[in-house]
Amino acid sequence: MDLISFGDNGWGDELFVAALMTIAVAITAMLIGFLFALIFTPLKLSKYKILNLIANSYTTVVRGVPELLVIYLFFFGGSGAIMYVAQIFGYYDYIEINAFITGATSIGIISGAYSTEVFRGAIQSIDKGQFEACHVLGLKKYIYFFKVIMPQMLRLAIPNLSNVWQITLKDTSLISVTGLVEIMRQSYIAAGSTRDPLFFYSFAALLYLILTFLSMKLINRLEKNYSRGY
Amino acid sequence: MDLELIITSFPKLLGATLITLKLLSASLFFGLILGLFFAILRLNRNKLISGFAYGYSYVFRGTPLLVQIFIIYFGLGQIEYLRSTFLWVILKEPYWCAIIAFSLNTGAYTSEILRSAFETIKPGIIEAGRSLGLNKVFIFTKIQIPIAIKQSLPAYGNEIILMLKGTSLASTVTLMDITGVAKFIISTTFRPVEVFIIAGSIYLFITFLVHNLIKYLEKKYRYQ
Repeated sequence: MDLISFGDNGWGDELFVAALMTIAVAITAMLIGFLFALIFTPLKLSKYKILNLIANSYTTVVRGVPELLVIYLFFFGGSGAIMYVAQIFGYYDYIEINAFITGATSIGIISGAYSTEVFRGAIQSIDKGQFEACHVLGLKKYIYFFKVIMPQMLRLAIPNLSNVWQITLKDTSLISVTGLVEIMRQSYIAAGSTRDPLFFYSFAALLYLILTFLSMKLINRLEKNYSRGY
Repeated sequence: MDLELIITSFPKLLGATLITLKLLSASLFFGLILGLFFAILRLNRNKLISGFAYGYSYVFRGTPLLVQIFIIYFGLGQIEYLRSTFLWVILKEPYWCAIIAFSLNTGAYTSEILRSAFETIKPGIIEAGRSLGLNKVFIFTKIQIPIAIKQSLPAYGNEIILMLKGTSLASTVTLMDITGVAKFIISTTFRPVEVFIIAGSIYLFITFLVHNLIKYLEKKYRYQ
């Protein structure tokens, strides 16, 4: 029990901060994923074949390639790519992106592919009459989207989004390879310096279980809120 | 774009594909057995037994695969007692540790897939078997299992692809699978894009094969 006490002798406070870091990365990644979904879902539903192709290749590639490989691509290639772009604009200094941004972006791109599929499915299962009714009523585009389609879509999407959240939360453990101190990395450090890997990795597993359990409770409440009237 | 690097690293990555496929097939094989076993436990009327099976699948689905590998590879070696038993022969090899972790992980997902497949079987079919005087084992092996397999094919196809991606974590315990070799080439040449393209294409190609195999099986086992 001494091992996880707070203060100088234990790893309790470090692990607590690390857990907060995991949550921060997961939420940031999820939001970045939504951003990607916002771009690619319309492309998937577009009439134009070429736009469909772009969106389909994004979701197929990202969902078919291991997460770790995507993280390595961004970890080793991220600053190179940014510097390349900066050089075009005449900035020649070395740019280093921190591990948080690299990690959150790479996980975000992965979770974005899953979110895109979820949103596409949700929009496609909304009754066609709803779209036609909006047309007939002559609603403005953004009212039509935010007041009619969005609420119905969210109700259908939330159960699947909770799966995406679980995947994203678990994927954050892979960022530990880039050196960002989240639960996995902190356990690795603690296990190394105390020579007690069994305890610390089991504790990490417990922390992840608690996080998934709590977020499921929260999402269930959200789901109830959005299913009012059904 | 460095074409030469692409040409020289392609055979290396192709060689590593063999390890990835070995890991994948071994863990799917053991995972299927575990999954079937725990799915049967889940359907047991005894709360304690079904609760145990639920706990297993909850824990393994609620924690990252990376933690599971690390517990088995780094953690179990710490127990003095284990080192003296025959289990140590297996547990000191990263290859077997990875397979154990993957099998337990995919077993948890498979048990959920099979359980829901068993639950969707209409009770009338089982009752029909019973009224024909077939015994329990016969009903289970000749009626329930074939229907459940057919029912769970699409979901199991997804699980195979997830597991394929999961095998990439074997590189964290020193195994040189596709991702392990890719990381090695990237960190020696600093050419992430080229290596990503080749390694990614190999994974996508395997995904493509699995996808079509499942499609073919689904067609083959459709109701006449």
